[in-house]
Amino acid sequence: MDALLFESIDRFVAGCSTPAVVREVERGYGAASLWAEVESSGYAELLVDEAAGGAGLGLREAFALWLACGRHALPVPLGHTAWVRAVLPLAGVDAPKGPLTLAAQCSRDAQGGWSCQNVPFGMVADWVLVGDAQGAALLPVTSGERRPSGVHGSLQCHIRWPVQPAGALPLPGPCDLLHAGALITATLMAGALQRVLESTVTYANDRAQFGKSIGKFQAVQQQLSVMAEQVYAARMAAEIGCAGDGIVPHPLRAAVAKARASEAAEKVVAIAHAVHGAIGVTAEYDLQLHTRRLQEWRADFGSQGYWHVRLGQALVASPQPTLPFMLDELLP
Amino acid sequence: MIDALTLSPIPESAQALRPAVRAFLDEALRGRPMDRLARSWMGFDAEFSRALAERGWVGLTLPEAYGGGGKDAFHRFVLAEELLCRGAPVSAHWIADRQSGPLILKYGTQAQRDFFLPRIIKAEAFFCIGMSEPQSGSDLAGLRTRATRTAEGWLLKGQKLWTTNAHRAHYMIALVRTSGTPEDRHQGLSQMIVDLSLPGVTVRTIGDLTGDQHFNEVFFDDVLLPDDALIGDEGAGWAQVTAELAYERSGPERIYGSMVLFDAWLQHLRSRPSPTPAELALAGRILAHLVPLREMSVALTARLVQGDSPVIEAALVKDLGTELEQAIPNLIADALAADPLAERPDALLQTLSYVLQVCPTFSLRGGTREILRGMIARGLGLR
Repeated sequence: MDALLFESIDRFVAGCSTPAVVREVERGYGAASLWAEVESSGYAELLVDEAAGGAGLGLREAFALWLACGRHALPVPLGHTAWVRAVLPLAGVDAPKGPLTLAAQCSRDAQGGWSCQNVPFGMVADWVLVGDAQGAALLPVTSGERRPSGVHGSLQCHIRWPVQPAGALPLPGPCDLLHAGALITATLMAGALQRVLESTVTYANDRAQFGKSIGKFQAVQQQLSVMAEQVYAARMAAEIGCAGDGIVPHPLRAAVAKARASEAAEKVVAIAHAVHGAIGVTAEYDLQLHTRRLQEWRADFGSQGYWHVRLGQALVASPQPTLPFMLDELLP
Repeated sequence: MIDALTLSPIPESAQALRPAVRAFLDEALRGRPMDRLARSWMGFDAEFSRALAERGWVGLTLPEAYGGGGKDAFHRFVLAEELLCRGAPVSAHWIADRQSGPLILKYGTQAQRDFFLPRIIKAEAFFCIGMSEPQSGSDLAGLRTRATRTAEGWLLKGQKLWTTNAHRAHYMIALVRTSGTPEDRHQGLSQMIVDLSLPGVTVRTIGDLTGDQHFNEVFFDDVLLPDDALIGDEGAGWAQVTAELAYERSGPERIYGSMVLFDAWLQHLRSRPSPTPAELALAGRILAHLVPLREMSVALTARLVQGDSPVIEAALVKDLGTELEQAIPNLIADALAADPLAERPDALLQTLSYVLQVCPTFSLRGGTREILRGMIARGLGLR
């Protein structure tokens, strides 16, 4: 990873996505001004072709962007927007202004209406990129009916367009949303997991019981070590997912990234809350800003259960033993 | 916090080793039963080790001046993963190749290097590691075996336990006390190269639960060692052992211990008309764990190449790796018996029985799970 790039993005995101800002946006205020600040940073153009005024970078650099967005629970879809803005011109469509997100699930009815479930960042996006076997389209969120689908503060929602929405931009070619969505989500998760580890270690050192900090107890230390292992493995899986040039994810690498991040999140969230005790589940304590997202993201664009089957199919379909398969078909 | 392990490419020059190693293994492993192959780095075959040595694949990282390959740790990683995934019986030379050789190169005198390194490289000198003792397992600093300096040399007295391959190795690198008492903990420990053919050395084999014999108890009854048995500085044994354990813990053998079984099970799935979704999910789950682990291990190798000693990170990768190695036989055992009426290949069942029964040892060797997790906790800054 480009450490300098990560540091500069991380500093920017940390500055604009403070816990106070995150809570404000989750209450329904301030998303527009936060987005204006994000937009002015230029990071949303990170992956856009240089000829079109972007930075022309690829997934390798997007890793740093997504990691930082996840680490600071940025409550607007900068990571998704950066990828969609880069992919639209490839599909022959000019990217509209404003925050963009991806929907994993969508269905259409005979009248040309669309509905999407659990759209990540749906509450704060202007556009949603949707796709099914018949093709992909960019739909304006404002002309749809939004219904919150998560708990209090969640930015996820169901969106329904009863008729073909005015202003929809159909993509002329196919667009693989699933792998991109899985990879973006996995990398956001890797960032959030890192943050949860940092916060939990700090808490374990600060909180004292039985006359010493709880981080001194072996039972707690062993749990935090397991947490660290999961966090580092998920991060490596995400980095593998983002390896390579260009902005189109390698399907099997994206599958590894999402499967591993989702599995790690299950363990990490459980340990983080166990170590924090009751304070960790309060609205006013920051841990929930991260664990709530992780729980939602585990399912977005396929759970580990889905990706395990996809990976298993590829491995069993190959005649090769595992090591040559990994080297030839999967690893960067 | 622990340093992030970042994706590190293996240089092309190291990757280029693969075809020759694979071609050699196709020949050399032909006809060996699968459950023997599943022993891999616990499978001892001196002839096989010498055949590898003839091709220059023992001591690959040792300097050319001693007959070694003069290559970096990436080359050894590539060679090791090719050997381990096929279940090559590498136990005879493995410890010398992985840690004793590099240790002698780093801390040895010129005379020690000149004597031992060419023998290691030719697979003529096999090593074992004498660390555990009856009263000193995970708590190594409490060990009691003592070497006392005398006019004739070092007088060694004490006992080692669980020493893998002591009954068929030529030398042991033993961690012993040269001054102070067990209460002095890490102070006063030194490493000695013990010629296991010397008078006063008694090796008694201990059978394991699978019927294999690989570990031993070793008794030293006033064994007289020459002055130059000391390797490195007197009293610096603890620091030397810690550096050595980073080699032991960072290698791919902590990931691939169950690979022969996994590949055999995959072949079984492929031979059937349609695997169940549960079987596919299991294959995919194992792959999803293997891929990042392998890259974490490569990242550790990159740190070794840079001259670092990533002790904490190696502990983290080893603990995750052994967890996967142990999960594989347990999950496959469950999958294979999911239909109690189905007939399954004999060789696969035999391989499974061995790996399933031996897999508890995976997280004992080279530092137990609990010790490694304690190290990780320290690395995290838990006070």
